[in-house]
Amino acid sequence: MPPDASKPTATVKDNREKMLERAMSRHHYSGDALIEVLHAAQELYGFLSIPLLQSIARKLRLPPSRVLGVATFYHFFSLAPKGEHFFQVCTGTACYVAGAQSLLDVLERRCCKSGGTSPDGKVSVQSARCIGSCGLAPAVIYDGKILARLTPEQLNAELDRIGVK
Amino acid sequence: MSVKTLVIDGKAVTGRAGETIFNVAWENGVRIPRLCHVGGLSDVGACRLCLVEIEGQRKLAAACLTPVEEGMVVHTSSERLKEHRRLILELLLAERNHVCAVCVMNGACELQDLAAELGVDHVRLRYRFPKLGVDTSHERFGQDQNRCILCTRCVRVCDEVEGAHTKDVFGRGSGSLIINDMGGPWGESDTCTSCGKCVQVCPTGALFSKGKSVAEMRKDRGFLKYIVTAREKREWIR
Repeated sequence: MPPDASKPTATVKDNREKMLERAMSRHHYSGDALIEVLHAAQELYGFLSIPLLQSIARKLRLPPSRVLGVATFYHFFSLAPKGEHFFQVCTGTACYVAGAQSLLDVLERRCCKSGGTSPDGKVSVQSARCIGSCGLAPAVIYDGKILARLTPEQLNAELDRIGVK
Repeated sequence: MSVKTLVIDGKAVTGRAGETIFNVAWENGVRIPRLCHVGGLSDVGACRLCLVEIEGQRKLAAACLTPVEEGMVVHTSSERLKEHRRLILELLLAERNHVCAVCVMNGACELQDLAAELGVDHVRLRYRFPKLGVDTSHERFGQDQNRCILCTRCVRVCDEVEGAHTKDVFGRGSGSLIINDMGGPWGESDTCTSCGKCVQVCPTGALFSKGKSVAEMRKDRGFLKYIVTAREKREWIR
């Protein structure tokens, strides 16, 4: 089970709370800065847990339902922990025509459905609309790096390498 | 105060500057259908049933959000508009599980009444039959997502009149849900004051009082106007 992000572990010094606090104070704890603060929180913790959202709501003086509503409206925000590796498959027109669906099929068959995380917590899969790199079609963003003109074989090899069964 | 003159359905009418087409129409006896508008709350233009034609404009306009302007010629019930409204109602009916026969609001539901009025006797779309829950954790009220049309009246009344902002919209698109606080059970909400305003403004049976059986629930449609204006009108007793 992944550690509860809202409770810092004792062994490693955890200053995420402080950093989030700093992000909020930069916006003068204004409720209008909710999206910026959620961005900062997600970057720090990897996902937005309910206790984390509760504390943001309290500090920005916003209704909890509004905070959860905003966090669930945008696909960028995730309420569940992300996997160790993150694949984002572009399904824009150019990538789709170049075979993005076969890449997504590979990931969905071997890992999990798009928008989810594999049961072992190894891989998260998401589809994106156009990422703006149509010249690299079909493109996949893998842990922040772009894999250009990817074939299902290359993708399978990479999944083998990181130990996906 | 500047006054605007316009024509709604062939009738010459006047409205104050800034007033919406919807309000001016209703004041003059032209009834425009609606599901998300309710007097006393802000308007969001969510249901699109109040769409009207304005001469000289190609696009249809939501009457509840469009201010009146001098010389406007508005049509509120052309065949084209009626067809659009029928389709909107069919979409709403197909989106969730609206089963009137087992609903507490059968016979007094705004969605049902509008469907009957506009002649929606069948739905041409395939029903989606989503699997949605019913929250009966609250002491006095229940919330049935299956009957919700996402008009957000409850969200607005809770925020703007009661000031609690217990309810809001979770997610996006047809999968949206009305949630309480952090999405927990309504009965465990810290912010809910159990005032019941959301229940009274809900147009369907999505919010209801507990203990009501099929077709027994009736909502007090006039209460919101009373609550919003009673103090300034000094109406201590309704």
